[in-house]
Amino acid sequence: MKSVNHAVDLDNRYDAGNGVVSTLPSRDKMTIFDSEGGSMEAQRDSIRPEAETASAATGRQQDSAVISIRNFNFYYGNKHTLMDVNLNVPEREIVAFIGPSGCGKSTLLRSINRMNDLIEDIRQEGDIRINGRSVFDPNLDVIALRKRVGMVFQKSNPFPKSIFENVVFGLRVAGRIRKDELEAAAERSLRAAALWDEVSDRLHSSALGLSGGQMQRLCIARAIANEPEIILMDEPCSALDPVATSKIEEMILVLKKDFTIVIVTHNMQQASRISDRTAFFYLGKLIEFDTTEKIFSNPNTRQTEDYISGRFG
Amino acid sequence: MARKSKVDTFSSGAPAGDALVWLSSLGLAVGLFMITMILAVIIWQGLTAFWPREVAEVTVRADSEFTINGAQTFSGEIVHYKTRQDYTKDNKTEVEELQLYVGNRDVYGFSFFYVDVDDIIKIEKPADIMSIEREEYGKAIARPVSLHIKGETSVSADSLEFDDRLRALMDTVAERRDEIHDIEKVEIGRINRKMESIRLSRRRMEREGHTDSEKYRKLVDADAGLQGDYETLAAEAGALRDLQFEHELEVMLLTGEVRRMPLGKLINYRYPNQLRVIDKCVAFAHNMVSFILNDPREANTEGGIFPAIFGTFVMTIFMSLLVTPFGVVSAIYLSEYAKPGLMVRMVRIAVNNLAGVPSIVFGVFGLGFFVYFVGASIDQLFFSDTLPTPTFGTGGMLWASFTLALMTVPVVIVATEEGLLAVPRGMREGGLACGASKWQCIQRIVLPAAAPGILTGMVLAMARGAGEVAPLMLVGVVKLAPTLPLNTTWPYFHFEQKFMHLGFHIYDLGFQSPDSEAAKPMVFATALLLIILVVAMNLVAIYVRERLRRKYAVSAV
Ligand SMILES: Nc1ncnc2c1ncn2[C@@H]1O[C@H](COP(=O)(O)OP(=O)(O)OP(=O)(O)O)[C@@H](O)[C@H]1O
Ligand SMILES: [Mg+2]
Repeated sequence: MKSVNHAVDLDNRYDAGNGVVSTLPSRDKMTIFDSEGGSMEAQRDSIRPEAETASAATGRQQDSAVISIRNFNFYYGNKHTLMDVNLNVPEREIVAFIGPSGCGKSTLLRSINRMNDLIEDIRQEGDIRINGRSVFDPNLDVIALRKRVGMVFQKSNPFPKSIFENVVFGLRVAGRIRKDELEAAAERSLRAAALWDEVSDRLHSSALGLSGGQMQRLCIARAIANEPEIILMDEPCSALDPVATSKIEEMILVLKKDFTIVIVTHNMQQASRISDRTAFFYLGKLIEFDTTEKIFSNPNTRQTEDYISGRFG
Repeated sequence: MARKSKVDTFSSGAPAGDALVWLSSLGLAVGLFMITMILAVIIWQGLTAFWPREVAEVTVRADSEFTINGAQTFSGEIVHYKTRQDYTKDNKTEVEELQLYVGNRDVYGFSFFYVDVDDIIKIEKPADIMSIEREEYGKAIARPVSLHIKGETSVSADSLEFDDRLRALMDTVAERRDEIHDIEKVEIGRINRKMESIRLSRRRMEREGHTDSEKYRKLVDADAGLQGDYETLAAEAGALRDLQFEHELEVMLLTGEVRRMPLGKLINYRYPNQLRVIDKCVAFAHNMVSFILNDPREANTEGGIFPAIFGTFVMTIFMSLLVTPFGVVSAIYLSEYAKPGLMVRMVRIAVNNLAGVPSIVFGVFGLGFFVYFVGASIDQLFFSDTLPTPTFGTGGMLWASFTLALMTVPVVIVATEEGLLAVPRGMREGGLACGASKWQCIQRIVLPAAAPGILTGMVLAMARGAGEVAPLMLVGVVKLAPTLPLNTTWPYFHFEQKFMHLGFHIYDLGFQSPDSEAAKPMVFATALLLIILVVAMNLVAIYVRERLRRKYAVSAV
């Protein structure tokens, strides 16, 4: 189905030892790859990767890339959808993907947590690495990967269950059944998604009775509950009104303290308000990737400038 | 000009559409009309079977050929008037005739009698005619003469105390009948089962040559003890039975014969012409309840149909329990796991065509595979002691349910697949993105969301299975089953036993009974009950489905 090119520069390993204090329980970067490894607790205590200690020892001062995308090509059948994409997402930053409809933003996002596996007849070339390890590694546990790389979809998709069960779904399928643990996780995630105050009195009623904005925040809470390190958001606000949108934006800015976030958006103001870096895609190519400030004030290419100023798209 | 042509297109489009609408609504109307008619007929005929009819005393002309045993006066319940083609007379071809239920089959040899209306000179409804329900020979319709009480002089029907005495004696007789039934069916039945198991153990030991062991002697003793118990009980039942014949009711038929009937043979009596509307309603309810709750009598043409209702119910439930998991698992594999392609498409076509195979073919398959192959193998392996009497190697509840489950599995598969397809893709992706495996996703998200579809399949399967008769005749339904498939004897479920079924009961009453005219009301009543049972079971399933649907309502966003 896919031919993965592993010939990628291994020097690009990240440096994660920057000592940012998390409000969530400490999470270890490399645990997703311990596919055979014991309980969650045990995974968390696993030894830090040597890449990190090595880079800490050498004291290299470079951006800590949590996600690094190298020469990535994507084909739907014969249709070449992504061409030679190279991109690094640093830790605890918000990266916005912008670009006209159909340019491949969702496709790239879905490749990061291998949601494209579900689609028939696709081909992927190049590599996507998370904390230095390829997501296409045949030995990789996809389920563990998805636990560490949460995803929020464009169309909110709450499960037909209670609000509580929605939030703890990821924990339940991971086999955690202790009630107090689940309850604590639910409250923490709902608070982080700025939804707790609105639903704390009806946690056990159906999630389908929520408003569209509440459902979207519920889906964000559901992604947070798994304690991922990366959250991928595909146009999370596309179906929401300005009030709900600003609520979610505020929440994303808070989440940034703990998570690395990649967000696809069609809203230029939103990208400029919340993101640290912005990637502009056009017809399957990554045209420009730089700090948001730079992209919005002084872009390198004409296409970017035109798109941002609304002259096409 | 341009404007006009525009109008034309509009006006020419509308009638065509109207015609189609009319045609389709006509189709629906015809369908609904026919369904309503058949339901109305069944309900009306089924309910009137329980309504007590008045008894007419009919007198015919002196030269009439319509006499019973030479008598020109006779009585019977008026069934209906109808016309008959008469070919013997030249001028008149249509004759109106009256159908009477005259009862007294033991005396007359028939229970229905037809009289030409032209020959009748008088119809009266005397109040003193008694209609007596009996254990045998259908009803007796006659005038009471006297009550012969053992050890007393007889009580004349004219005396004031006659009715009270008769009523009281009938009550004791009914109680005693229950007692006899208890002894013969329950207690003696239990002893028989014990003796049977001892017989089997003894046979095993004899075959293995342990006849001189301590255990064998114990068995012999136990057998003898049981034999003693049996004889005591049998004697007790015999004594009670004799008591049933102590008192007698003497009646005179309207045709003149005088008869004495032991009270033990009588079940119930009424004066049908004295009943007020309220009494008739009570009698109606009583008839209906006893029809639902009683065992059949007299080759099923009298009494109730409880075993058939129960058999149908248990079989349908059991079949649904078998077919649903099987169908759901198949559907999950087909639509979630199997790689779409020629193979899957062929399987799907095959499954759909399976639904069109005549049910008798499934019956033959069930007989050949389940009964003769699986059942006989089970007998060889586990019940070899009772051979050549088969245990599982003969038709029974279990094999009937399996056969019907096989027959209805396509329905469940198709409905479940539709339910699975209706679950939005986003929901599955959401589950996977949370770190659930594919199976966890299916189990925790897709299946609950598809539950209403699954239940729809179950409803359809139940409706089809409950009404099926032909295959059951091959794999386990009988005219009269001695015990219920689910009863108080260990191990409570007797799924290897044969059972009764409403659908087969209808066939049996309508086409196999010695007096199909007498059984006609029963046929309709049974059909009505079958419909009610199926509808009731479906309503329960639909209620559950609606609850699930509300619980797992798929988001409208
Ligand atoms: N399952 C699929 N099969 C085939 N082609 C697809 C599939 N999904 C997407 N594509 C095509 O791939 C291209 C990129 O799609 P993608 O969904 O990544 O665009 P996008 O940038 O997210 O657009 P939008 O902003 O409208 O969401 C489009 O041309 C689309 O038609
Ligand atoms: Mg998209």
